[in-house]
Amino acid sequence: MYKIAVIGDRDSVYGFSALGMDTYFVKPEEEPAKLFKKLCQSDSYSIIYITEALAAVIEDEIEKYADQKTPAVILIPGTTGNTGQGMAAVKTSVEKAVGSDIFND
Amino acid sequence: MAATQVNPTRMELSRLKKKLNTATRGHKLLKDKRDELMRRFLELVKENKLLREKVENDIKKANSNFVLAKASMSQETLNASLLAPKQEIYVDVSEKNVMSVDIPVFDYTTRTPDSNDIYSYGFAFTSSDLDDAVKSLADLLPDLIKLAEIEKSCQLMAAEIEKTRRRVNALEHVMIPDTREQIRYITRKLDENERSTQTRLMKVKDMMLKEAHGY
Repeated sequence: MYKIAVIGDRDSVYGFSALGMDTYFVKPEEEPAKLFKKLCQSDSYSIIYITEALAAVIEDEIEKYADQKTPAVILIPGTTGNTGQGMAAVKTSVEKAVGSDIFND
Repeated sequence: MAATQVNPTRMELSRLKKKLNTATRGHKLLKDKRDELMRRFLELVKENKLLREKVENDIKKANSNFVLAKASMSQETLNASLLAPKQEIYVDVSEKNVMSVDIPVFDYTTRTPDSNDIYSYGFAFTSSDLDDAVKSLADLLPDLIKLAEIEKSCQLMAAEIEKTRRRVNALEHVMIPDTREQIRYITRKLDENERSTQTRLMKVKDMMLKEAHGY
C-alpha cells in the first residue's frame, strides 16, 4: 500500500493533512530537491503533489521520474496563484507525442 | 549503393530477403501501434486538460477557504487543529496495459470509512470556515487522484509514442530501403556472374569445336 505526499510551502499544503496525506513543508531555498529525492526513493509514495512554485526550482529532479510508473508527480497551484506550469506540463507531453502542440487555444 | 558492403552470395540473398520481410511486417505492426496509441493518447490528454482545469480551480477555491479560516482563528489553534489527522489515505496501485504501455491505476482507500473523520479537531475552538475549507478539499480528493492517474498515463504514453515513432521512422527510412538496395545489389551481381559463366561456356565450346573439327 502506498501513501500520498504533498510538498509545498506551509500555507499551500497544510490543509491536505486533514485528508490523511503526508504533508512536507519546505521553502524553495531549503533544498527541496533533497527532500523530493528522499520521498521518491523511499518508495512509499505513489503520488506526490507538489506546488508549482516549488516544482519550478527542481524541474530537473522531477523530469527524472517522468518515465517511471511511480511516483506520479503532479503539480498543483499554491496560494501564490496559478502559474500555468501544470498545464504547460500537459502541453509538453502533447508536444512530445504529436510533435507540435495541437491544443493551442 | 548501400552503406554496408554485403557478400554477393545466395545465402546472403535469402537472409536479406527474410530480413526485409520481417522489417516490413514489423513496420506495419509498429505503425498500427503508433496510430492506436496516438488515438488513445489524444482522448486521454483532452480529459487530462479538462480535469486539470477543474482541479486547479477547485484548489484555488479551497485555498481561499483556508485563508478565510486562517483569518478568523489564531495561528496556534489552526496549527494544532490539523496537527494530528484522524484520517489516513492509502493508494493501491495496479497496472493497466494499453498497447504495451503499463499505465498505473490508482485506487484509494481511507483508513476509516467515516467521511467525517477528516475533521481532526474539536469544534469548540475552531471556526466553521475551517470546516468548509477542509470539506472543499475533501470533495476534491477523487478528482485529484484521477488527475494523478491520467496525467501519469499521459506522460508514459507520450514517451512510448515518441519511441514508437522513432522506430517506425528508422524502419521506414533506413532499414527497409537499405535492405532493398542490398538485395538489388546481390541480385545484379549474381545475374552478372550467371552471364559471365554463360559466355565463358560458349567460348570454351567454340574452342573445343575448333580443336575437334578444325573450323
